[in-house]
Order: sequence, then structure tokens, then C-alpha cells
Amino acid sequence: MIRLTTNAIDYAALTESVCRPDCGGVVLFLGTVRDLTDGRVTLALEYEAYSAMAERKLAEIEQETRRRWPVGEMALVHRLGRLAVGEVSVAAAVSCPHRAEAFEACRFAIDRLKELVPLWKKENWADGSTEWVHPSKSLE
Amino acid sequence: MIFNVRLFARARELGGADHLTLDLPDGATVADLRRRLVALHPNLADLEAKCAVAVDAEFANDGHILTEGAEIALLPPVSGG
Repeated sequence: MIRLTTNAIDYAALTESVCRPDCGGVVLFLGTVRDLTDGRVTLALEYEAYSAMAERKLAEIEQETRRRWPVGEMALVHRLGRLAVGEVSVAAAVSCPHRAEAFEACRFAIDRLKELVPLWKKENWADGSTEWVHPSKSLE
Repeated sequence: MIFNVRLFARARELGGADHLTLDLPDGATVADLRRRLVALHPNLADLEAKCAVAVDAEFANDGHILTEGAEIALLPPVSGG
């Protein structure tokens, strides 16, 4: 399965791909590029990855999620490159027998992605400046 | 042992290249690599303290002993999603 892409994420197809007859709950999360952060206006975000490690970590997150919840199918995809406001940067689709576990599993997967996967975004602000985003909580 | 240390995001911006080359003695650890990196590139010092180090595409702690040919990467705090 393709976990990193430079193309626009086809999230409808991604959602279809996780549907299963034995899973009554299907949850799709989309992360999109937001226009405002702490009062500053974003024009675009640029995403880059340490690709070999990111692919491995995304696969590990799937395994962790499956260990904790009865996942039927799931798909995690992150887009790389320059994205304008409103574009989809990440998609997480999960199916489980019931909705409670589908919501929880999807939430877990995206939260884990944001803390673990070697991906970085660079803000392109409206004033023309750019800035890599490196949150204070460092990763170990 | 010669290592190419891959730099990402702000580390690449500060380091001025997508990788830096370091020569370390046999038995060197990740901690030794960190020290050598900031000694040679002091403008990376503040960021390095917040970075993780990956060896062969897996997180490595400071005590990890480096072997010839390992792929090293300096990973600033991540911001995907």
C-alpha cells in the first residue's frame, strides 16, 4: 500500500478500500492545511519526509492500532511537497465491526502519526517568510 | 569510520547541506556523534539538543554503538499530519 505520495490523496478511494462486510463502522480522518496559526496567515505548507523510516513507522502504527482494536482494514497516507490552504495533507481510514472502536482506532492512529513519524512541515507565511515547524516536545 | 549524517528540515537549513560527513573512531556512540557534529557545526548546537538520531532508519539512543556503513540521520522534532 502507498503510504507517502506527492499526488493529491484520493480519500474516497481510500475509504472504499477499507470497507469490509464484517465492519459496520468506517471512519475517515482528513488533515487539511489551515489558513491561520496563532494569528499568522498561511499561504502554503511544504512537507518532507525521511521516507524509508516514515514508511516503516506508518506500518508500525498500523500494527499498534490492530493490536489494540479489532481493525478490519486501515490505511494511512501522508502527502509530501507543497500544499495550499485547504488541501489534504494526511488521511487515515479505519474500519471496525462497530463505531466506537472505529473512532478510537482512527484517533489513535493519527495522534501516533503526529508524534512518531519522521515528517516535517514548513510554513509559507503570507508575509513571504518561511519557517520549519519543530514543536517543543522532542521525540525519543 | 566515515559517516554521512542526513539532515532534515531546519537541520538541513542550518547545516547548509542535506548531509554532513563525520569521521569517528571505532566504537563511537551516538553521543560521540552528537558531540562531534556540534563541535564542527556550532550553529546546529541548539537544534541538536532537541533532535533524535536515527541509525539505519530506526531511533537510536545515545549509548548506541555505531558500526561502519550505518545510515545516520538527524531528526528535528517532527511535525507531520
